[in-house]
Amino acid sequence: MTTDAATQTWTQRLANPTRFMALSGQILPWLTIAAIAVVLYGLYLTFFVAPPDYQQGETVKIMFIHVPSAWLAMMGYLMIAISSFGLLVFRHPLADVSAKSAAPIGAAFTLLALITGSLWGKPMWGTYWVWDARLTSVLILFFLYLGLMALRSSLEDETLAAKQTAVLGLAGVVILPIIKFSVDWWNTLHQPASVVKIDGPAIHSSILVPLVVNAVGFSLLFFALHMKAMRNEVLRRRVKALRMAEVEQAARGRDTSSATAG
Amino acid sequence: MQLEIRDLVVARGARRIIDQLSFDVAAGEVWLLTGRNGAGKTTLIRTLAGYLSPVSGSITLKGWDPERDPREACHYVGHLNADKASLTVLENLRFWQAYLGGTTADDAAARDRVWAALERLEIEPLADIPAGYLSAGQKRRLGLARLLVAERPVWLLDEPTVSLDVQSTALLARVIETHAAAGGLVVAATHLALGLASARELRLGPTPHAAAEERTSGGPA
Amino acid sequence: MSGFLTLLKRDLLLALREGGALGTALGFYLIVVTLMPLGLGPDLNLLTRIAPGILWVALLLAALLSLPRLFEADHDDGSLDVLALGHMPLELVAASKALAHWISTGIPLALMAPILGILLNLEARAYPLVIATMLAGTPAISFLGAIGAALTLKTRRGGLLLALLVLPFYVPTLIFGITSISAALLSPAGFQASFLILTAISLVSLVLGPVAAAAALRQHMQ
Repeated sequence: MTTDAATQTWTQRLANPTRFMALSGQILPWLTIAAIAVVLYGLYLTFFVAPPDYQQGETVKIMFIHVPSAWLAMMGYLMIAISSFGLLVFRHPLADVSAKSAAPIGAAFTLLALITGSLWGKPMWGTYWVWDARLTSVLILFFLYLGLMALRSSLEDETLAAKQTAVLGLAGVVILPIIKFSVDWWNTLHQPASVVKIDGPAIHSSILVPLVVNAVGFSLLFFALHMKAMRNEVLRRRVKALRMAEVEQAARGRDTSSATAG
Repeated sequence: MQLEIRDLVVARGARRIIDQLSFDVAAGEVWLLTGRNGAGKTTLIRTLAGYLSPVSGSITLKGWDPERDPREACHYVGHLNADKASLTVLENLRFWQAYLGGTTADDAAARDRVWAALERLEIEPLADIPAGYLSAGQKRRLGLARLLVAERPVWLLDEPTVSLDVQSTALLARVIETHAAAGGLVVAATHLALGLASARELRLGPTPHAAAEERTSGGPA
Repeated sequence: MSGFLTLLKRDLLLALREGGALGTALGFYLIVVTLMPLGLGPDLNLLTRIAPGILWVALLLAALLSLPRLFEADHDDGSLDVLALGHMPLELVAASKALAHWISTGIPLALMAPILGILLNLEARAYPLVIATMLAGTPAISFLGAIGAALTLKTRRGGLLLALLVLPFYVPTLIFGITSISAALLSPAGFQASFLILTAISLVSLVLGPVAAAAALRQHMQ
């Protein structure tokens, strides 16, 4: 959470896109290197240091990918919600860039959490998918991401798309806990016995350390990807502005050439 | 080549929009359809293009290969420009060239033709820009550029000057003149004088015998 | 024939550039499949039994969702008028657009079905059957759907009306798609008969769809 709060104030200081581009251009290489280094170290710990579980064997190692992905899936949505709030309330110029960039990355981590959860489920439950409350609510989170991206792509006017998506993003924050509760209840009512807790046995430090390293590494990766995506988005908007200018210029060029000719 | 319209009757529902209309469009002639709103200009153009079937009467294109559908002789530019926002200006034109020309030949001549059309309608600097970015006037010129990329003798234009400024209207007039001079046939519905000296005017009116009001408008036609 | 390919190429390029339609259809497919277990309860044995049916019905609904756009874009920007002046009859224009719809929506939906099968605990040996029947059956969805898309082009509440008009046409495809799967699961020999009928329906639709759609489009152009 502290990293998140730091990004917040940090983006707020960068009110204009030009300053953001200059500063992020300097930070991004270091952030990328740090993300790769920590993720590699985390993977090393996962595969070579962390002991296999006495019940689940090596499959427990999926957890080291699965749990950080699930966290980032939720954090990505939080990022969108904060950015949406920033757009609707403060009209921050980069808020929409941030919200737009976070959506596919958050969706990718959600998908990663779903796929790893499903792979982990196969040895544990004997099938790739059970309608466990937690899996179901993550799947619904994935739908919210898809909805945000679909809504944005369906609106031609980008300013309108930004605002509409922000409204949906904030509405999603309100409804997410309700979905989570209802799914929990739905599941307990129907099938109380088969609910398999992902938490597993009490956490030992031999497991906790790789998990934390992975969580930090994935978070760094998320921020690096997010920053890169934001830069791409700023550049894309500049290209668009240039194109518009070119169209205008073509129109004006005609006028001046005809003025000199006539 | 000659387009002969004989005793044409076209109805929309129970109402006869065009009643007993006859006229000939000879090669090299430009006919302007005038008349107030609802006089049947669009209906006549769309009938000539074959979208509407007449109640009675005939439309024949003399000098056209009888084996081929007369529609293949026609260019139609309606109120809409038939452009795709996500394709570039060049891609839009190349598609229509291939589709209306009936070839997939991607040779130098075909490319030159597209570039010449872009230059002619002064949208050459926009070639690589998606059509969605264009202003209304630029889109209109893109729609008109279609006339030049595929060779077709009969041009049916419905209000071609919509959203064009004075300069572009003059441009269009020159394009039409060149086509007529090369032996093309042009029928254009317009309420704006195109400034064509040789154009003939066909005044459509709500009166039953529209053809009676036919007259030529000046010039050595 | 060159006009057919030119148009097909353009429509596929447009589908690629304006990817939203496919994304929405796939997302809709996913969410409809998800709603089933939420409604029925998470009983895996029950889901296994009804999985092929759910996948097929959801596929029909998802494909239906993408149909209204089939002719709408070309109608709204005036392209349809110009397409009618090409070197081929309007029937081939309709066929080309339906084929583009099948390639850009039908095939991806059919290929997504096995992934959704995981959510429904589909039997392992049913996977190839689901893919095969869907690939064989989806052309009918695009080509028969073209009729409805052409008929509802300028109507109010087009989408709902389209569903009402087109879903009855999909009944044979649905029935023989499902029968092929269940027959094959009982005995390998039972598969062939139903599957051949399923394919035959698709082949008939290749002709019927464009002819009827073109007739409807001609009415719109008047």
